[in-house]
Amino acid sequence: MNYEAVIGLEVHVQIKTHSKVFTRVGAGFGHEPNTLTDPVVLALPGTLPVMNKAALDAIIKAGLLLGCDIAPVCKWDRKQYFYPDSPKNYQISQYDQPICLGGAVEIELPGAARNVMGEHKKIPLTRIHLEEDVGKLNHHATDSLVDYNRAGTPLMEIVSEPAMHTAEEAFAYLTSIRNTMIYGGISDCDMEKGQLRCDANISIRPIGEKKLGTKVELKNLNSISYVRDGIAHEIKRQLAVVAAGGKLVQETRDYDGVAGTSQSLRSKEMAHDYRYFPDPDLMPVHVDETWKAELRRACPELPFDKQRRLIADYQIPYTITSVLIPDRALSDFFEATAQLAGPGRSQAVGNWIANDLLRELGAAKLPLSASKISAANLAALIQLIDAGTLLNAAAKEVFATMFATGEAPAVIVARLGLASAPTDAGELEAWCRESIAANAKALAEFKSGKDSAINAFKGPIMKAAKGKANPKLVDETLRRLLAEA
Amino acid sequence: MSAPLHFQTIAELSAKLAAGQLSAVELTQAIIARTKAVEPRVHAFNSFDEADALDQAAASDARRSAGQSAGALDGIPVGLKDVIAVAGQPLTASSKMLANFVSPYDATVTQKLQRAGAVLHGRLNCDEFAMGSSTENSAFGPSSNPWDLTRTPGGSSGGSAAALAAGAAVATLGSDTGGSIRQPAALCGLVGLKPTYGLISRYGLIAYASSLDQIGPFARTVEDAAIMLGAIAGHDPRDSTSFKTVIPDYRAELKTRRGPWKLGVPKEYFGAGLDPEVGAAVEKAIAFYRSQGCEIREVSLPHTPYCLDTYYIIATAEASSNLARYDGIRYGHRTSAAKDLLEVYQKSRAEGFGDEVKRRIILGTYVLSSGYYDAYYLRAQKVRTLIRQDFLNAYREVDALITPTSPIPAFKLGEKSADPLAMYLCDIYTIGVNLAGLPALSLPCGFTQSGLPIGLQLIGQPFREADLLATAHAYEQAHGWNTQFPSL
Amino acid sequence: MSQPAELNIDRVAELSRLALTPEEKTRFAAQLGSILGHIEQLAKVDVTGIEPTAHAFPLNNVWAADVAQPGLAVSAALLNAPAQRDHMIVVPKVVD
Repeated sequence: MNYEAVIGLEVHVQIKTHSKVFTRVGAGFGHEPNTLTDPVVLALPGTLPVMNKAALDAIIKAGLLLGCDIAPVCKWDRKQYFYPDSPKNYQISQYDQPICLGGAVEIELPGAARNVMGEHKKIPLTRIHLEEDVGKLNHHATDSLVDYNRAGTPLMEIVSEPAMHTAEEAFAYLTSIRNTMIYGGISDCDMEKGQLRCDANISIRPIGEKKLGTKVELKNLNSISYVRDGIAHEIKRQLAVVAAGGKLVQETRDYDGVAGTSQSLRSKEMAHDYRYFPDPDLMPVHVDETWKAELRRACPELPFDKQRRLIADYQIPYTITSVLIPDRALSDFFEATAQLAGPGRSQAVGNWIANDLLRELGAAKLPLSASKISAANLAALIQLIDAGTLLNAAAKEVFATMFATGEAPAVIVARLGLASAPTDAGELEAWCRESIAANAKALAEFKSGKDSAINAFKGPIMKAAKGKANPKLVDETLRRLLAEA
Repeated sequence: MSAPLHFQTIAELSAKLAAGQLSAVELTQAIIARTKAVEPRVHAFNSFDEADALDQAAASDARRSAGQSAGALDGIPVGLKDVIAVAGQPLTASSKMLANFVSPYDATVTQKLQRAGAVLHGRLNCDEFAMGSSTENSAFGPSSNPWDLTRTPGGSSGGSAAALAAGAAVATLGSDTGGSIRQPAALCGLVGLKPTYGLISRYGLIAYASSLDQIGPFARTVEDAAIMLGAIAGHDPRDSTSFKTVIPDYRAELKTRRGPWKLGVPKEYFGAGLDPEVGAAVEKAIAFYRSQGCEIREVSLPHTPYCLDTYYIIATAEASSNLARYDGIRYGHRTSAAKDLLEVYQKSRAEGFGDEVKRRIILGTYVLSSGYYDAYYLRAQKVRTLIRQDFLNAYREVDALITPTSPIPAFKLGEKSADPLAMYLCDIYTIGVNLAGLPALSLPCGFTQSGLPIGLQLIGQPFREADLLATAHAYEQAHGWNTQFPSL
Repeated sequence: MSQPAELNIDRVAELSRLALTPEEKTRFAAQLGSILGHIEQLAKVDVTGIEPTAHAFPLNNVWAADVAQPGLAVSAALLNAPAQRDHMIVVPKVVD
């Protein structure tokens, strides 16, 4: 019997706001322990929550980006359970009236080859809701230490339908969410900083079976690769159990990314009964059309939409877009430069950015925002090359200088004397005639229809010109003379 | 003949302070002396800091000398129920759970009183976590009623009432979730006001039942209550349930708002369980209003029999959640006998909470638990809508409602503590008001033959405290109940 | 009056993290049983078509601008901590 895996992902995205979701103390990462707390965060007696407007804006924007229905009315519920990282021993969340319903995440699977765009799919979502993050537990030999800096940070929970079937799809799904959230300015999605977290629900069933099999929840998938590897490992494990005639048990398992193994978490002594009820300290949220329209205006183009548009409008290859798209600023820089450089030069623009600029940035360990090369200057450089004023070797040198100093290419070219010399027309014609006269074989071949024979004349001409003749002019002059000859 | 200093009103004392006849330090010294004299018998306070109170009084005098008096409350000693946070002071909720807890922050009402110049004098005893009607649930021992020390002052704000009645404060704050200001006010012969839900900020009030709790003043007169209300009412951005509404000058409005009013008498509030002396005193008060030209109408609040049950489901549900944070982890009592995390929770809470608190947590957890939410909590919230509708329907015909506050006068210490249900019945006339979110006050309307105070409750319309106060003021001005004091 | 079949006091005590002695369990079960018996009368009320009251005077969209304010210094935050080390709260080792 053939089985298929069914995977649903619960992804938590930390929203990048200045203050926490239900109180105004600062939110952040990497601070000294318990320095980002206030009476509300610590759940001191008598404290009350107040919603953060920016967190609401962010989640509605996320919902709009992912094609969700934004609920006209939503509310807050208390999810009750005792744990040291949860100061109130309830988490303010949304239970039966989440702010976003439905929606979908577009994913791209690996193509047949590196330069071939892979299949695109849309993974449907169930819902997205807003809740507060919990503190951090640091485990030691005989005790644990609790840091509440993270407690109260706004967290989006994105729940997918159980609609993925491979670890690869899960990896693509997480990548897509990350790119979309970064584009939207909603989160930096740095998994190392806990800004993007993922739990997976995995089951298997015979192909053709509609009912879902026994579900296993997989936790501690704290890098994107671990998500893929952990899911792949779990699918294998489940298949092996079934193949050996065993029965799968509904459980939670903890993935060890280093060892590549998972183990069952000791089943909790008590089953969770979250006793959800509407939080009496908070008022409902009403989202009207005006608010949605305002946020829609602030929504960027989605990464995949942008990718498709760049390929169609600029005719740049897929491989270049794959490099540009994940960084919104980089792809914006590409467009700005391509617009300035003019039609027919987009591929050159793409190459310079994807290869040369990224290389320079990488070597200098700088982000794009620190680059001194403006779109106008890069466009100008490409125009110079295209006009033949600047030859390739010289162009590389100019680019390196542009990166170092931020100067315009023309200024650098002039200072370093790198221009292909403005060629005297008479002198050029003389060199051309000499070269033609000196190479009867090439002349005969050219006359008989071999166009590439023209290149044989160019070497001696360039030598005579000390490498500084404008190749375009050389070619034009040769052809004119050859036509007459 | 003027009453001794410790029985004078805010109005009288602030006039004397303004006229330079009295200094704030002298006044505070008098109150402290009185407190020391009566405390061994009344036990209204969990703690008070004499030096700190005198410092505040000195600061008040300095302000006044510099011509920067903050107003009517400047230099007036005010006691706070030990559930209202004052930075640097204990905040115990009269519970072992918080016996050593010191608040690092101020409640909003604390800041408002400080800006008004009040001398915050002491932490007042109450039923543990505001759960009770007699102050016998305090982990630090009950308070006694100054009118009869063998009796309770009521609860849960029993200490706030007892202190004021005994002259150990000039005004106090309490909190009211099901009657915890009004009932002690009635039992101690004081004015006690619960405002409209949302009028006074709950930021810094230890939460019992979030959708029912409100802070409110105890005072000797309606005018004093108006002064206190004006100082602490108003929208607070730190409390998402607080209302943006114009706060009138309640004290000034007392002079300009006059009757007659249409008063409703809910027939369900005069049935079985009402002590005959209490009933008679309230009838007399109704007759007084009638003699002043007020139209008196019998009204019906048909869902009254369900108020108690509705309250006990909603309040305990919310309380069970609000008290989850008391776990011995970040603050409060932590057991020394835990072998693992689970025992830290279970034992800290078992050791820290008293019986009534445990009972309400258990009941509240039960009514929210899986399978029972619809039958209990959700249903109770629907019945609450009907209860509220009853009041709003009545207000189509009348301006305010007039009822007894407590069905009985002050009862003996120990009399009801064996039977929780008997204790809950103390609140039958006050509870509906919290469910409906309405303002209400209790004011003295007589004494029993044995000299125990009787309270009259007036229930008003949402955010119309000025009318409510004026209606009460009219009665008070024609009667001298508040010129009698316990012979402590 | 004895504990109604519904109230499983062990389960509820578990959920609310309260360690109860056997005596307390019996006593509370009896007391709560009588209260629950009283509460049962709510079942008689006709609530068809009635909305629950979530808030006495409902408001919506009550929020604050996303401006960070200063919080508590670590010393104030841990002022009442029963056990602390390295500026963090100490709890018995937690096994996830």
